[in-house]
Amino acid sequence: MTLAFYLSAVVAVIATALTITRLHAIHALLYLTVSLLAVSLVFYTLGATFMAALEVIIYAGAIMVLFVFVVMMLNLGSRAIEQERRILKPGTWLGPGILSLLLMVEFGWLLAEAPVRGTAVAHFEPKEVGIALYGPYLIAVELASILLLGALVAAYHLGSREPGRRET
Amino acid sequence: MSPVPVEHVLVLAGVLFALGVAGLLARRNVIFMLMSIEIMLNAAGLCFVAAGSRWRQVDGQVMFLLILTMAAAEVAVGLALVLHLHRRFEVLDADAASEMKG
Repeated sequence: MTLAFYLSAVVAVIATALTITRLHAIHALLYLTVSLLAVSLVFYTLGATFMAALEVIIYAGAIMVLFVFVVMMLNLGSRAIEQERRILKPGTWLGPGILSLLLMVEFGWLLAEAPVRGTAVAHFEPKEVGIALYGPYLIAVELASILLLGALVAAYHLGSREPGRRET
Repeated sequence: MSPVPVEHVLVLAGVLFALGVAGLLARRNVIFMLMSIEIMLNAAGLCFVAAGSRWRQVDGQVMFLLILTMAAAEVAVGLALVLHLHRRFEVLDADAASEMKG
């Protein structure tokens, strides 16, 4: 478990360093996804299994897909075809591929030795998180829902294509 | 106490946060700046989860859940602003918006 933590920590740092140095947005997004998966493995080694699942689902799933959608929307036109040709070259996806392959091997190794894991790690079930969330943190849940509603309205307003109304 | 020392987790979170700050400072592309903000939020959440694991409290994970919600809301509004910027200036340079007048 300790070795898994250090391995995924190294992968996270390398992938993050590559994220902020890439010139192409799609390459940076691939490395950022690998970095988020590595942090999810760090959560798993810390005993926060529910948070590891949420990190994969929300961060690496939803938010990264949103980024990819916007990047693809902005690159429409004649540049898109030439860009696709560059993306399909193995040199562009080889780096993120190798790093995520390392993470996957590590994940399989962790699952293989999962029953041996003692009680040394504070392990929380999703049920406990839910009880805490809807018990003492109920007002925070309500505030988060209001925040999400505000973000929805703001994103819809900013993204609407019609000119005029409030644009100055 | 977890077998991984909590100091090492904090070092990892600090390195990730520093990389996010470096990216936010170095890049002028709005998409990359948003990605750097995501990296920094993730590092902050890692700190919360590490503290919750260290003291065996569930509160750290609840805080990470709230950070996750905040990151989702922030990225939705940020990407809508990116679309707006692209539509108006045809570039994704953050310096292009420095001539805005209210």
